[in-house]
Amino acid sequence: MAILIQQDTRIIVQGMSGRIGKFHAEDMIANGTNVVGGVTPGRGGETVLGKPIFNTVAEAVDATGAEASLVFVPPVGAADAIMECAEAGLKFAVCVTDGIPSQDMMKVKRFLRRFPEARKMRFIGPNCAGVISPGIGFMGIMPPHIYLPGRVGIVGRSGTLGYEAASQMKALGIGVSTSVGIGGDPINGSSFRDILELFENDPETDAVMMIGEIGGPQEAEAAAYARDHMTKPVVAYIAGLSAPKGRKMGHAGAIISAFGESAQEKVEILSAAGITVAPTPSAMGETIARVLGVKAAA
Amino acid sequence: MDIHEHQAKDILKSFGVPVPGGGIAFAPEQAMHEARKLGLPVVVKAQVHAGGRGAAGGVKLCRSEGEVNAFALSLLGRNLVTKQTDATGKPVHRLLVEQATDIGKELYLGLVLDRKSERIMIVASREGGMEIEDLAEEQPDALVRMVIDPATGLMPFQSRELAFKLGMTGSQVAQFGTVMRGCYRAFRDLDATMVEINPLVITGAGDLIALDAKMSFDTNALFRRPEVAALRDPGQEDPREDAAAEHGLSYVGLDGDIGCIINGAGLAMATMDMIQLAGGQPANFLDIGGGASPERVVAAFRTVLTDPNVAVILVNIFAGINRCDWVAAGVVQAYRELNLSLPVVVRLAGTNVEEGRRIIDESGLPLISADTLADAAATAVAARPRMAA
Repeated sequence: MAILIQQDTRIIVQGMSGRIGKFHAEDMIANGTNVVGGVTPGRGGETVLGKPIFNTVAEAVDATGAEASLVFVPPVGAADAIMECAEAGLKFAVCVTDGIPSQDMMKVKRFLRRFPEARKMRFIGPNCAGVISPGIGFMGIMPPHIYLPGRVGIVGRSGTLGYEAASQMKALGIGVSTSVGIGGDPINGSSFRDILELFENDPETDAVMMIGEIGGPQEAEAAAYARDHMTKPVVAYIAGLSAPKGRKMGHAGAIISAFGESAQEKVEILSAAGITVAPTPSAMGETIARVLGVKAAA
Repeated sequence: MDIHEHQAKDILKSFGVPVPGGGIAFAPEQAMHEARKLGLPVVVKAQVHAGGRGAAGGVKLCRSEGEVNAFALSLLGRNLVTKQTDATGKPVHRLLVEQATDIGKELYLGLVLDRKSERIMIVASREGGMEIEDLAEEQPDALVRMVIDPATGLMPFQSRELAFKLGMTGSQVAQFGTVMRGCYRAFRDLDATMVEINPLVITGAGDLIALDAKMSFDTNALFRRPEVAALRDPGQEDPREDAAAEHGLSYVGLDGDIGCIINGAGLAMATMDMIQLAGGQPANFLDIGGGASPERVVAAFRTVLTDPNVAVILVNIFAGINRCDWVAAGVVQAYRELNLSLPVVVRLAGTNVEEGRRIIDESGLPLISADTLADAAATAVAARPRMAA
């Protein structure tokens, strides 16, 4: 099963006629992802990578039965493109764009809440690497060959640190059910807690590797959820132990500006909730191996 | 992006928030001229991008032109060190000369982008003048918080409720409504991330006035706010960060001696952590971004080497959207072009890693290869030249 993407999920790529969109769509198709078309306003009727291009998301949904979209739209139009997906009735969207204004994301979140529960779109990102279910398909910019198919879920803000975790796990023979990058922006679509809930309910995931960083309240919220509602073990790592207060570390959201937002404080909060915290970023793989081993023996 | 107090006051004034009359001065003569125009006494305030100026001697009530001149002379061209700056401080190149205000009571008013509610949040307190962090720690109950719905914007009932909670009476309630509306509209219309009036003063005559003002802006929104982007003062920022940004690099200078060149913010932070855990100290945070060309990698080396403390360089790349072969070509090019002699540790993984490693191995340069994140950090720490004890 895995979460978010299945073998038959019909996926469109917004911005597939662009250089970056086309490059990654090609990689997605080559890895078995069910890409059914693309959307570029004004380019409707053209064909890219053998797939039809539509002017609007609604047209793409009508013609292909698309259920999900990967958004490769520059910051100025990205929020608009995400809202277009929700309005067109898609179930799921991922946006990799870095640099979307925070107030645009505020509007997106407000817009997504308008829909009744059954018609609500799940949104991942922005400023993220995307979602991959190894052996099934992916929506995003990650290198698919570093993931071994398996039963551990990964959720993290950083793309490259997610790759690091997946490759450490692969070296130990541990595979991944789905890896989700929720992105490095202060206001994002799905939180750590949202993704933990999906993994908890996924019969093909046995444990979760959660990779947080400095800034924001989401790791603490996830810790409370894991403590109160999860039966599966969670291993965490928090990046930024050496980051100074008040300085933005690359990600727009990676800044310590309030209590509980430093790496040290987050590690304490997670540990107090019973989550095993990897002592170093190079020990993410071995920590999950240890936790899985303990579980198998119990 | 931060701006100066006088710029924030000009903006807030244009949105209807009352501020003291004042003028900006870049030289003592100008400061005296402004003081003459306003009438003595005046308050002279150093303009730097940091709080804590009063305690650091950057603000003074001056009763004569001589005093204004002497104070301006003592500040301009110097660095002001406050508890919010590093030990070097921030350079003072301009002064705000303002009418003195008759202070009856000091309040706190702030608007922030709240990450939990994902909305603009008002934070207010009857206790003004203190730093909000100290206030939150010492008197958490004194803080009043209120969230604004983006669909309706700030509602008048919210301003009224807040005014009464802050102990206002009579015409102050309506005045506070004007202040709140101005702050909210400035925040919303200019893509701010923070507006702070600390203190918001109730004068002896019972009127409201913004005695200090601070604003920060969303750098992601500057493309549509050229009028805000124009307020930037590069003199208040680390010039290396600006230079790095021109090459698509994200750089933050730190105190250690191991220069870092990494892709991805998360991996960059994790590598810094790993260096620290291995017993070293990172000299910087640096993210080369996605799709980095060899030229961008060379620019990254130049940026890192502007820090004279750097004794070792650690390159750690886990390529997804990047290509190890391009990064490797950049490392080799940088080593040759910049005539490097310091140790350079290179760890490559991900897209095109074999080709990247081959370029490093066949370069004939004394580059040190590492396989894993742990190896890379330990090797970099061990490669530092031994300091004479």
